[in-house]
Amino acid sequence: MLDSVIFYFFAGIAVISAALMVTRRNAIHSAVFLITTLLATAGIFLQLRAEFLFIAQIILYVGGIMVLFIFVIMLVRLDVPLPQIRSGLQKWIALFVALTVGVEAGVVIFLARKAPGQGLLIPNPAPADKLPPNTEELANSLFRSYLLPFEIASVLLLVAMVGAVVMAKKRTEAP
Amino acid sequence: MNPTLHSILAFVQTWWVELLCAVLIVLVVPLIAGYLALVERKVMADMPARLGPMRVGPPGLLQPIADALKLLIKEDSIPDNADRFIFWLAPVLSVTAALTSMGAVAFGPWFQAARDINIGLLFVVGVSSLGPIGIVLGGWASNNHYSIIGALRSTAQLISYETTAGFALVSGLLLAGTLNVRAIVEAQRTDHAWYIFLAPVGFSTYLIASIAETNRAPFDLPAAASELVAGYMTEYSGFRWSLYFLAEYANMIVVASVGTTLFLGGWLRPFPNVHWLGWLDAAPTLLLAAVGAYCVFRAGKQPARLQSLVMWAVAFSSFVVSAIFVFASPFSHLPLAKMHDGLYGAFWFLLKVSAYIYIFMWLRFALPRFRFEQLMRLGWHILIPLALVNVVGVAIALALHSEFSWNRWLATFFTTLATLGAAMMLLRWNDKYSAAAALLADSSIAEDLHAG
Repeated sequence: MLDSVIFYFFAGIAVISAALMVTRRNAIHSAVFLITTLLATAGIFLQLRAEFLFIAQIILYVGGIMVLFIFVIMLVRLDVPLPQIRSGLQKWIALFVALTVGVEAGVVIFLARKAPGQGLLIPNPAPADKLPPNTEELANSLFRSYLLPFEIASVLLLVAMVGAVVMAKKRTEAP
Repeated sequence: MNPTLHSILAFVQTWWVELLCAVLIVLVVPLIAGYLALVERKVMADMPARLGPMRVGPPGLLQPIADALKLLIKEDSIPDNADRFIFWLAPVLSVTAALTSMGAVAFGPWFQAARDINIGLLFVVGVSSLGPIGIVLGGWASNNHYSIIGALRSTAQLISYETTAGFALVSGLLLAGTLNVRAIVEAQRTDHAWYIFLAPVGFSTYLIASIAETNRAPFDLPAAASELVAGYMTEYSGFRWSLYFLAEYANMIVVASVGTTLFLGGWLRPFPNVHWLGWLDAAPTLLLAAVGAYCVFRAGKQPARLQSLVMWAVAFSSFVVSAIFVFASPFSHLPLAKMHDGLYGAFWFLLKVSAYIYIFMWLRFALPRFRFEQLMRLGWHILIPLALVNVVGVAIALALHSEFSWNRWLATFFTTLATLGAAMMLLRWNDKYSAAAALLADSSIAEDLHAG
């Protein structure tokens, strides 16, 4: 009972503020509603007893909004009216992406309705008071079972970082 | 009985300690913030041997209340071209982040609102790092050049120094082996050491990074009065301004609590395992009794009758409370004994937090402000590499301890020496680099002059 109340509360906030985020004309307002969406999603993680995911969501995504603000303040010209910077192709790309995601979600829901427990992987619910500590579980699966993918991903991120530094470096001629 | 009311009552009956802690945090922290401001003014006055605020209340003790009243009745002005929604939202966001993150701080063995939360320390650090979003939004919404510069500086500073603080915390967490706040403190009891002694470099880097994260001098560039009027809060006045003020002081308490929990042994007394120092357990009671004795001593010398009455009242109540503690401690089965443990823990915890905050104030009045590029160079060229080296050093020490069964103190001593050596090399390289950069800048200026 309490769980479903909490879930619908956070899910409602997430959906409403996501819609507001897309429809705002001011980019900073969009970013603020993006914060609300991400925080509500973090709340759903907490309701699912995934504490580590909750705080990772807050630190990584909501904290990352700071950088987004900088981009908005420095790069987006708020005084230029929107129709001038919107290209004609954008509408069709957006339609294509929205259709693809919508069809995917529809198929998932349809399969889950049709054959419960077969079309989707639905794990057995664990009793809430006997869950193993979340952080330790995550660390065990990351560093024991999936060490190689984890390391590959981190090397990829390192390459991206070095690439960004090289691109941003001031080019000086040799003396 | 109504079933809804019944379930609410059952909820309150189960969680009343946590609810009480949450309510206490929200109610008491604004008051503490006001008195921290008074302490700050007193410390500031004491450095050049002045007196500080003396007029309101006996030695200026009612000054925070007068200040709060003044702020509440001040005109609340919003600039014409401000973004009203964001202007309203920004200070609220800062305060909410600061007070929420305090929920997972364990102020004593049982005083913690989010009890035994598995991600304890991460919760405190993560949620309190949302506060600068309020600063950036406020600076942007004010529609003012000084405000936006302050906001951008704050962002750059936070992004640079959060990495250092994170790595410093990792070096302590490696030693503790858990994120749970209570378990961290208990680990320091079983390890027979506060982690400041096992990871001194980690503590120093955390201290510097935490000053920078709370935007305090010498890193107070986002609100540098001599350059930016008041930085991001230039356009704020009255109650909104006091919300930013509250957020700043609450953040100080939060970072001090994190440092205390992880490096200074939380609510443990100094040397918790040394038996001949057991008399330290009586220190809170002795302190209370001493306060009472002082009040009795001074009560006769007060100029007004009311003042001496107040002194007698304070003396009497402190004697009563200390007597309760003296006589309650042997009876461990009483509920009072639990409270007794909690209050003793809270005493040591708050003492350490106060010392940490005193260091903040001391540094504020002792050091001149950094220039922005100095701040960035310190963060990126020295502190982040040093914190990284320190994490590796602590990990090596732990491996030496567990795999090769070295003495823990010996292993950490050697790795700390190695880390300090690395720090020396970093400093030398940095000097060379900055000398070369200065030379380059000079020559380019000269070329520009020549070309122009």
